[in-house]
Amino acid sequence: MNIADSFRDPALCKGLLARLHEELDRPLRFMEVCGTHTVAIFQSGLRPLLPEGITHLSGPGCPVCVTHESEVAAFLDLAGREGIILATFGDLMRVPGPKGRNLKLAQAEGARVEIVYSPVDALQLAAKNPGDTVVFLGVGFETTAPTVAGTVMMAKAQGLRNFKVLCFHKLVPPALRVLLDDPECAIDSFLLPGHVSTVLGLEPYQFVAGKYGTPGVITGFDPVDILESLLIMVEQRKSGDYRIVNQYRRAVADSGNARAREVMFGVFETADALWRGVGRIPESGLVFREDYASFDALQALGVTVQEAPPTPGCKCGEVLKGKMQPVDCPLFGKGCTPAKPVGPCMVSTEGSCAAYYKYSV
Amino acid sequence: MSKSPLADTLSEKTLLLDHGSGGHASSRLIGNLFFRHFDNPILNAMNDAARLDMCGPISMSTDSYTVDPLFFPGGDIGTLAVHGTVNDVAMMGARPRYLSCGFILEEGLPMETLERIVVSMAAAASEAGVVIVTGDTKVVPRGAVDKVFINTTGLGEIIADPAPAGNCARPGDAVLVSGTMGDHGLTVLSGREGLNFSTDIRSDSAPLNHMVEALVTQVGDIHVLRDPTRGGLATTLNEIAGQSGVVIHMREADVPVRESVRNGCSFLGLDPLYLANEGKLICILPQEKAQAALELMRSMPYGENAVQVGTVRDAADGPGKAGQVVLETPLGGHRLLGMLEGEQLPRIC
Ligand code: SF4
Repeated sequence: MNIADSFRDPALCKGLLARLHEELDRPLRFMEVCGTHTVAIFQSGLRPLLPEGITHLSGPGCPVCVTHESEVAAFLDLAGREGIILATFGDLMRVPGPKGRNLKLAQAEGARVEIVYSPVDALQLAAKNPGDTVVFLGVGFETTAPTVAGTVMMAKAQGLRNFKVLCFHKLVPPALRVLLDDPECAIDSFLLPGHVSTVLGLEPYQFVAGKYGTPGVITGFDPVDILESLLIMVEQRKSGDYRIVNQYRRAVADSGNARAREVMFGVFETADALWRGVGRIPESGLVFREDYASFDALQALGVTVQEAPPTPGCKCGEVLKGKMQPVDCPLFGKGCTPAKPVGPCMVSTEGSCAAYYKYSV
Repeated sequence: MSKSPLADTLSEKTLLLDHGSGGHASSRLIGNLFFRHFDNPILNAMNDAARLDMCGPISMSTDSYTVDPLFFPGGDIGTLAVHGTVNDVAMMGARPRYLSCGFILEEGLPMETLERIVVSMAAAASEAGVVIVTGDTKVVPRGAVDKVFINTTGLGEIIADPAPAGNCARPGDAVLVSGTMGDHGLTVLSGREGLNFSTDIRSDSAPLNHMVEALVTQVGDIHVLRDPTRGGLATTLNEIAGQSGVVIHMREADVPVRESVRNGCSFLGLDPLYLANEGKLICILPQEKAQAALELMRSMPYGENAVQVGTVRDAADGPGKAGQVVLETPLGGHRLLGMLEGEQLPRIC
């Protein structure tokens, strides 16, 4: 068995599950901050096997889901413009903006939209199309932002002036603060995102345990990781010794990745940002620093983000804050399905509504 | 210097609108390219239509092929156009015999590219034992199509009685697949995106008609035969579950996926169960016959990795509703394996 397989080993999982059933002596409400965890829990078939006392809530950690209506409107504003090629990761194509419009539709109507696998691909697209302006849609958390920042640095070094980034990057820790400040979000423990933490390390989460007395475990995406983390949560709840624990040591250094943070904060600085369903969160977004302003699509192309009203009926905000389970949204599976999504949580591959809709037997 | 056979006769290196005009240029193209490679008495008769000898129930299928890139490890648009239609015809429990072939070509296409495609179509048809008996060529202005589009229609005699069909899966049946899943889909995707997985990923494009013929004549009582092309195994099983009004219960650990495909998929955030296959079939038949069918498939080319991946159940016996596919994960948990909405797109993080 190779190392990767051992984290999915059924025998090991069965042992951990049995221990979890034994150890759990009171209900536990935990939030998987990251959408990839939500999907992993469903995909591995773990959900129906967990003890009944465990409630898992989805969190604000799906980058597509928290992209605000106004930000989607800004993509769509650029999408029809002469001489503009939008370069994006695939997941944004179907995210509904105001009035349900999305990039797929814009593309069908003639907008030039290219799906790329890395921001460097977008840079190459710019080099190949000197007569056009390539705008990369910068969506994603601390996982993605350093690569985008690195690409901007490359563009500067290469003197590529027709490459821009529409920067809507967001930061995870400030969103946790909002949840912890909200008395309705009664969360016993956080399953903290593995990918994001490779960059952040432990430090930016310390306030969760320190100030708010809520434990958190940084974890990977295989069933063994998740089960081990649940056990750690249960133990911490029992002992009252609330800490941030790094279960995902094979990928996450306690100090994170200093170089990635340096690149990210070399190009961007923090600012307030709009989160879909949540609203404005202080210091939770990234904007271009002065030195790199010429790469900022907002400034260079005169895009204004006009605060679009929330989509009527959509409870994404409640779901993202863990106040409502997807199936309790009145639109779930009726007005809102993957074929006709009302909110992004139903269309993103990491969206919790989509996960419940697709995987629940 | 070695010349392509075309260069001798056509002295034309690039496809022009003239080649679709119906005049001299067209007949040079048809005579020196298509007739030369597809050579057979029915086509050579050069009538407005082909005269065919067939009797009994007939299976017919048509499909149009567009693929980017045109050439990929394990095949090209030409092999796909033959294998795809041959396989569709065969899945009715039929022996495919004849193909038609229509080309829509973009002006400016290098003749050499077209010839490579025609040569592989001829080879694919010959391996499958079908003849290309009629065809058509249109040349359209640059930009009107992407290089080459091919339509093929196939005809075959149904040799199974009763013929397998999507609505014939019954509770208690075994669900078999003839080999690994997702090879073709990942190959084309990685070719298109210039992703270099320095591995052995190649398309599985292959004719399955000989395997089908062996299954229906030597094992028999085949309830469903399907080739899981676009949408992959997951989508095709959902269609069958819906048509038959049953639950298909799959064991994830039993689904064969090559290590390289699994790794490529996990890198891109794709699920191999939704990726296209072009040389695999699903066979659903009574559980008592499963072993014989598996042994037969494993003894044939393209069937070495055949396995049972699941069973057909009544909705009353366990998780899932009629029309659903339920996946049992290696941990023993269950989840739905639904249909995909739109195409699979790689993820952000
Ligand atoms: S079901 Fe649809 S409308 Fe309701 S919260 Fe989820 S995405 Fe929003």
